[in-house]
Amino acid sequence: MKLNTAKRHLREGSKNIFRNGWMTIASIGAVTVTLILVGVFLALVFNLNNFASNVESDVEMSVYLDPTLEKDQVEAFQAKLESIDKVGTVTYSSKEEQLNQLMKDMGQTEWDLFEQDNPLSDTYVVKTSKPQDISSVADEVSKLDGVDKVDYGESTVDSLFTVSKYSRIIGAVLIIGLVFTAIFLISNTIKITIIARSREIGIMKLVGATNSFIRWPFFIEGLMLGVLGAIIPIAIVLGGYYYLSNNVSQNIDIGFVQILPYAPFAFQLSGLLLAIGAVIGVWGSVMSVRKFLKV
Amino acid sequence: MIDMKDVHKDYANGVSALNGVNVHIDNGEFVYLVGPSGAGKSTFVKMIFRGEKPNTGTVKIDNIDLSTYKERQIPQIRRKIGVVYQDFKLLPKLTVYENVAFALEVIEESPKLIRDRVMEVLDLVGIKHKARSLPDELSGGEQQRVAIARAIANKPKIVIADEPTGNLDPDTSWGIMKILEDINQTGTTIIMATHSQEIVNTIKKRVIALENGRIVRDEAGGDYGYEA
Repeated sequence: MKLNTAKRHLREGSKNIFRNGWMTIASIGAVTVTLILVGVFLALVFNLNNFASNVESDVEMSVYLDPTLEKDQVEAFQAKLESIDKVGTVTYSSKEEQLNQLMKDMGQTEWDLFEQDNPLSDTYVVKTSKPQDISSVADEVSKLDGVDKVDYGESTVDSLFTVSKYSRIIGAVLIIGLVFTAIFLISNTIKITIIARSREIGIMKLVGATNSFIRWPFFIEGLMLGVLGAIIPIAIVLGGYYYLSNNVSQNIDIGFVQILPYAPFAFQLSGLLLAIGAVIGVWGSVMSVRKFLKV
Repeated sequence: MIDMKDVHKDYANGVSALNGVNVHIDNGEFVYLVGPSGAGKSTFVKMIFRGEKPNTGTVKIDNIDLSTYKERQIPQIRRKIGVVYQDFKLLPKLTVYENVAFALEVIEESPKLIRDRVMEVLDLVGIKHKARSLPDELSGGEQQRVAIARAIANKPKIVIADEPTGNLDPDTSWGIMKILEDINQTGTTIIMATHSQEIVNTIKKRVIALENGRIVRDEAGGDYGYEA
C-alpha cells in the first residue's frame, strides 16, 4: 500500500464517522453503555478477588513441637519443615516469645507462675506457597516425629476456601457473560450501520476497488467508534474509583478490607476498557463488511 | 478490442440470457445494443466487465481471455473499463468531486494527479461548478454527467453505458449523447445498451440487435428497428 493510500484510508475512515451521523451515535452509544457495565463490574470482581486472596494469604498453621525436644533438635526442625513440598515460609517462635506475646495480648495479670514454668511449646509458624495446600501440608507435618500438634483452624479455613472458590467462579462466569453480551450488542449495532451501506460497497466494487481497499476505512471507522465509545466509561472508572479510594476506603477501616490502590489499578482497568472497545469496534465492523464484499 | 466467441449464459434461476453470442468490436467503435427487454443486453455488457461469468464460450479483451483472471484480479479488469448505469450508482454520501476521485484513488494515483484529473473530467462533462454538491442535490442529467466523469476518469479504453438515458428526459439525453460522442472522438470504444429509438435513428452508429440471447442483426449505421 502506498503512503498516500494509507492516508486516504485514514481520512475516509474518520470522515465516515461524520457522514453517518446518527448511526455513528448509535454505535458509540452501544459501546459506551456496555463498557460502563463491564468497567463497573470488573472493578467489583477484581476487588472481591483481591480481598479473597488477602484473606487466604493470612492462612497459616502453628506447628507445636514436643516440649521434650532438645534445643538443637528444635533448630533442626526449621530445615525439616522447609524441605516439605509446597511449604512457603517457616518462622520460628520460641516458647518464651510465645509467652511474651500472650502476656502482651492478655494484659498484665499474675504471670509469675508461668514465667517459672512455661507451659507453652516451641512453635513454628508455617505458610504454604499456595494457601489451598494448607490442609495436605498440615497432614504431612503432623506425621513428623517431635510434632505435638498442628493447628490451622481447620473448619473455618476450609469453608473460607469454599466460599472464595465459588465466588471466583461466579465472578469469572459473569464477566465472560457480560463481555460476550457486549461483543454481541456492539457488533450488531455496527452491523446495522454497515448493512445500510451494502449498496455503497457494491458500487465501490464496480468501480474497481479491491476488497482490502474497501475494508481499510471500515477498519479505521470501527477502531474510532470503539475508542470514542470508551471515553465516557474510562472517565467514570477513573473518577468513580478516585472518589472511592479517597473516601470510602478511609471511612471503612476494617484493617484487612482494602480496595486495590487507585494507581495502577484504575489505569489498568481503563486500558482494558480501551482495548475491549477498540477490538470489538474493529471486529464488528470488519466482520460486517466481509459479508458484503462477495459481490 | 472485444471478442466474444459462442458465449452462453444461464442464470441460476433457469433464465437463459445469452445463447451463443459471437461478436467482434474494434477499438474506437461506437456500438448501440438494442432489443426488447429481457433480450440479454444487460448480460451482454456484464460479460465485458466481468459482472457475470459466461457458462461456456470465451470473452477476450485485447486478446486476453477474461476467464484467466482470478477472482481477486477482477478489480484489474474493471479499472480498464468505465461503466455508466441507468441509475447512476453514485456514492450518496460523497460529493461529486469525491465520487469521481474514488475511481482514481482505487488505482493509487498521487493526490496531485487526482486533483487535476477530477477537475479536468468534471469540466469535460460540464459539471465543474457542482463539484462540492452531494448527488442528491443534483438533477438526473447532472448525476449522469458525474457518473460519466467517474467512468472516464482513469482514461479507460472502453466505456460501457447500460441505458444511460433511460431515466432522463429527451433534452437531457441529447446532452449526455454529446458527451459520449466526444469521448468516442478521443478513441475510446463505447458500447451503449439503449431503448431509445430516437437516439439510435438520429446519431447513426453500428447497431447490434439482441433477441432471446442471440444476435439477430449487426449493421453499421443501422436503425433501431423496433416500434418505440
